[in-house]
Amino acid sequence: MASAPTSKYNSHSLENESIKRTSRDGVNRDVGETLPRLPGEIRITDKEVIYICPFNGPIKGRVYITNYRLYLRSLETDSALILDVPLGVISRIEKMGGATSRGENSYGLDITCKDLRNLRFALKQEGHSRRDMFEILTRYAFPLAHSLPIFAFLNEEKFNVDGWTVYNPVEEYRRQGLPNHHWRITFINKCYKLCDTYPALLVVPYRASDEDLRRVATFRSRNRIPVLSWIHPENKTVIVRCSQPLVGMSGKRNKEDERYLDVIRETNRQVNKLTIYDARPNVNAVANKATGGGYESDDVYHNAELFFLDIHNIHVMRESLKKVKDIVYPNVEESHWLSSLESTHWLEHIKLVLTGAIQVADRVSSGKSSVVVHCSDGWDRTAQLTSLAMLMLDSFYRSIEGFEILVQKEWISFGHKFASRIGHGDKNHADADRSPIFLQFIDCVWQMSKQFPTAFEFNERFLITILDHLYSCRFGTFLYNCESAREKQKVTERTVSLWSLINSNKDKFKNPFYTKEINRVLYPVASMRHLELWVNYYIRWNPRIKQQQPNPVEQRYMELLALRDEYIKRLDELQLANSAKLSDPSASPSSPSQMMPHVQTHF
Amino acid sequence: MLGKGVVGGGGGTKAPKPSFVSYVRPEEIHTNEKEATEKEVTLHLLPGEQLLCEANTVLKCVQEDSCQRGIYGRLVCTDFKIAFLGDDESALDNDETQFKNKVIGENDITLHCVDQIYGVFDEKKKTLFGQLKKYPEKLVIHCKDLRVFHFCLRYTKEEEVKRIVSGIIHHTQAPKLLKRLFLFSYATAARNSPATDPKKHAVMFDTLQDWCRELERTKGNMKYKAVSVNEGYKVCERLPAYFVVPAPLLEEDIEFFQGRGIPIWCWSCHNGCALLKMSALPKEQDDSMSQIQKNFSDRIYRTVHRPPYETAKTEDLSSNFLSLQEIQMAYSKFKQLFLIDNSTEFWDTDIKWFSLLESSSWLDIIRRCLKKAVEIIECLEAQNMNVLLLEDNASDLCCLVSSLAQVMMDPHCRTVFGFQSLVQKEWVMGGHCFLDRCNHLRQSDKEEHQRQLSLPLTQSKSSPKRGFFREETDHLIKNLLGKRISKLINSSEELQDGFREFYDGWHSRPPSYQGLLLPHLEGPEIKVWAQRYLRWIPEAQILGGGGVATMSKLLEMIEEVQRLQEKIEARHHSQEALQAEAASPPRTSGRLSSLFPFALLQRHSSKPVLPTSGWKALGDEDDLAKREDEFVDLGDV
Repeated sequence: MASAPTSKYNSHSLENESIKRTSRDGVNRDVGETLPRLPGEIRITDKEVIYICPFNGPIKGRVYITNYRLYLRSLETDSALILDVPLGVISRIEKMGGATSRGENSYGLDITCKDLRNLRFALKQEGHSRRDMFEILTRYAFPLAHSLPIFAFLNEEKFNVDGWTVYNPVEEYRRQGLPNHHWRITFINKCYKLCDTYPALLVVPYRASDEDLRRVATFRSRNRIPVLSWIHPENKTVIVRCSQPLVGMSGKRNKEDERYLDVIRETNRQVNKLTIYDARPNVNAVANKATGGGYESDDVYHNAELFFLDIHNIHVMRESLKKVKDIVYPNVEESHWLSSLESTHWLEHIKLVLTGAIQVADRVSSGKSSVVVHCSDGWDRTAQLTSLAMLMLDSFYRSIEGFEILVQKEWISFGHKFASRIGHGDKNHADADRSPIFLQFIDCVWQMSKQFPTAFEFNERFLITILDHLYSCRFGTFLYNCESAREKQKVTERTVSLWSLINSNKDKFKNPFYTKEINRVLYPVASMRHLELWVNYYIRWNPRIKQQQPNPVEQRYMELLALRDEYIKRLDELQLANSAKLSDPSASPSSPSQMMPHVQTHF
Repeated sequence: MLGKGVVGGGGGTKAPKPSFVSYVRPEEIHTNEKEATEKEVTLHLLPGEQLLCEANTVLKCVQEDSCQRGIYGRLVCTDFKIAFLGDDESALDNDETQFKNKVIGENDITLHCVDQIYGVFDEKKKTLFGQLKKYPEKLVIHCKDLRVFHFCLRYTKEEEVKRIVSGIIHHTQAPKLLKRLFLFSYATAARNSPATDPKKHAVMFDTLQDWCRELERTKGNMKYKAVSVNEGYKVCERLPAYFVVPAPLLEEDIEFFQGRGIPIWCWSCHNGCALLKMSALPKEQDDSMSQIQKNFSDRIYRTVHRPPYETAKTEDLSSNFLSLQEIQMAYSKFKQLFLIDNSTEFWDTDIKWFSLLESSSWLDIIRRCLKKAVEIIECLEAQNMNVLLLEDNASDLCCLVSSLAQVMMDPHCRTVFGFQSLVQKEWVMGGHCFLDRCNHLRQSDKEEHQRQLSLPLTQSKSSPKRGFFREETDHLIKNLLGKRISKLINSSEELQDGFREFYDGWHSRPPSYQGLLLPHLEGPEIKVWAQRYLRWIPEAQILGGGGVATMSKLLEMIEEVQRLQEKIEARHHSQEALQAEAASPPRTSGRLSSLFPFALLQRHSSKPVLPTSGWKALGDEDDLAKREDEFVDLGDV
């Protein structure tokens, strides 16, 4: 990977893949450097272009396109700019200008990326270079439209850790103390016959038979029946997830479904109510009746209390993120930053999601009752709520591997539609199915880690790396919509897991302040006073808003850690020397100043 | 149990909206009355402090987990403070008490700290002032340090209510004579202050030597000299007895306009450029007088514009910068955002938090102050020019801008003593009218607008430094200043380019904490200084979280390293002796609040705080909000 003289710019991006610039000393240190390539990555073409950098103006460079990335190196002597962009991040490619427009930059390409930036290039009119670049980019950025494989299937990277082994559902449930005499593991969905978007292995009430499950499935949207996500180790209340009941306009009922929820309630005998959190706003839940959905009304589900959490749908979230981009890219809104930020509603949505998760966690933690969480289909808002509540309740998920398991379990195995929400390899940028739901979840995690800076084993870079590879298509981790599709495509055999990359290089992703505290419930404060825009992610392309990496407190702490280790070593040595000296009293001790390592930090 | 579930509770978002007062009914009062009578809390009086009036069975209302809790006690008013004597200081653990204020207790409000007093009459809140016809059921005191106290007087005897309420109103609102300020009676009573070692002390700048030493320290003594022409304040009362001017300046020049029109030295940069300030000459109608002024100015100008002096850039702060009124107006809007009466108010304002913040303009003012300081630094550092700050009295914005620039440029000013010395030099000796700006004498409202000027300084510096983090300050400042922003307003293109280059250039290099530190001036980086402003709001506390969590980890590590260091040294000195020394146990930080050390007891439990109002219509996105997440094929169902 390129070693840029100003390391400052590296930390924000995908493993150094981003903009780098030398200081104005004019030395081009990147000459002779070759195009970085992953095993299995093939170079397709290269072109001379002008990169229209929104921050530093036009820069002449050479762009290389492979089947994985777009790589640009500056050809100007006073700039060491490098762009290294995985093609998977591209959402849209447009031609700008042409023969009729004037100016040297008239033959342009505008590339919209999923990670909140745009790349603009101007090409020469001669030799159809723009047409070539457009076609090649389109082909490799949107392989699905051209019957080409996604790069993850071509990637031949090898890591010394296999990320696919991180999550084993049986082990994870065993960690939670399952099965027990109220909950059993069922293989009813082994061939995805009960529910094609659920995982093969499910945890259900011991008292519910497989036949019951099948009947309940008919009454839940897309057969996503209520199943256990998490059980409290002490009070045994549970978090159960599902989709909406198919009540419809006529107010249909299903005895098995009603009994099933009651059975869930009864797994915990201390309480006589079951709490149902419907993630949607009340009005939307009512409106969903028109399309056959609905919610559990209390005159039918007597032993349940229903609360709406007012979290908006995927379309609202998509528009909100668009507005965020509008105020941060390329220029940060200056004159009315705060009110502009407010008008995006992004942090307001974050607040509602966190508030919902806090309520779920509090219900369970206080032992008040078990909780059922659903939205419409139970794969977007539901995944956000259950996984965030679990993160608040269970410190295991705050470790690096624990978090990977959480994502693997609540998101990937339970069928969050990554392929549809992200649009991997798909050219239809305007698809209404796309929505930044998972990004929103990671943002919530970041907000929590910001509020509790010692509670998470992983650092910000870990979260940003996950988000970068959510789009990159370098790993198989986030491909496809559900487990059955992944199995069909043999994803675990044919692709590399993102966790392989991370776990084979864990130190990079560790938070030095991490203090392991078992059984500590974390309740973030879901107030606008504390929520902030994640500048290091959303505004990371703007060189002016770069935060110091690492921050001074962290840097100081790392220095002290090193110093401590050094001293401990020295003490051990002294101890040895002492015992040696006891046998040889003639040796004179050296002065302390000679022996002491130089202390860099002053107190 | 008192009040559990009186307010809030339930499903979080569905709490009933409590009225502003949310009274606790007598039968709901869970008091520690018994304990309180057993443990009679005594009133601590400072030397010279006198009890003026008191009232018994006053109920202090505290909000806790969205419930009201009441504590019975005695409310007293002395010539120094209002104090509530009840028994609610029990839960302090050791780690927290070490940062307890030794003079002003948790339930003490010094008279000068009182900002606004309200009375509650039939659930309606009214400002109290002057002679009262009717006495309130409840007293709400908003403090300048943003605390809010609720004292319920329902169970207090009528004559005691009258006495305490009118006493408090009188002693906090009536105009005061300077000589009646408490500090004078305190100083008379507490004569024997121990002599302090001058080395462990901030520089007071009240002697010629102090100024000479400062000149030496900054290597300004070649071109500037300390003068004693104003000894005994013969020339001017506003100016300190000793100060520093360009070396060739004559004493007569200083006396000519009573110190006006004279460049007064603040600080010298490593390259020899200096930061100077000057109070403007009086505006003259008379032609001959203005001619005299002109000649005078020209002469001064010639003196300081020829070598060895660098060319000077004049920065007119009276006309080209913030006005004091603007600052005052912004602050009074801004502080209102933090004077919160109850949980409902907190969550109601939460939804519009960013626009409320913006409409106060406070953060924008902070940004403009920081930006002005950076502009001045650019002149000194990059253009090798002197900067002359000009202001009518050179005692408001001059103090602000000059001390900010010094904090950024001079690492000495980022140490505890260095910072104290800076405040002494630029603000106290600089003649900032604290008495008027803080309205300590409770003069008419006319001058209110001139207050709060020193706040931008403290806000832009933020930082939990006061003796807590020692030299940590250097590192912190970068961190904290680094989080401030500025939009780029004003002046000529050319200037802007130079500034931009200087600013961007600095930020593209790794910072050295022993050198120049520039704050970030862009939009998203200027944030509310939570530890000052949110410190008394229970809802805003993150238990076991916030920057405090990493800071205390850092402090623990420092202690551990120090212990190891001592061990190694000890081992060298006496090789055998220390084999069996007991390792002192590492200090374990308790679960601190994010607002530590300011907020100690605000929240007792670890229950989550839940917004009580979250829902807001989305307006233009309504049609999207109504859409289905997925296309639902009804045939499927």
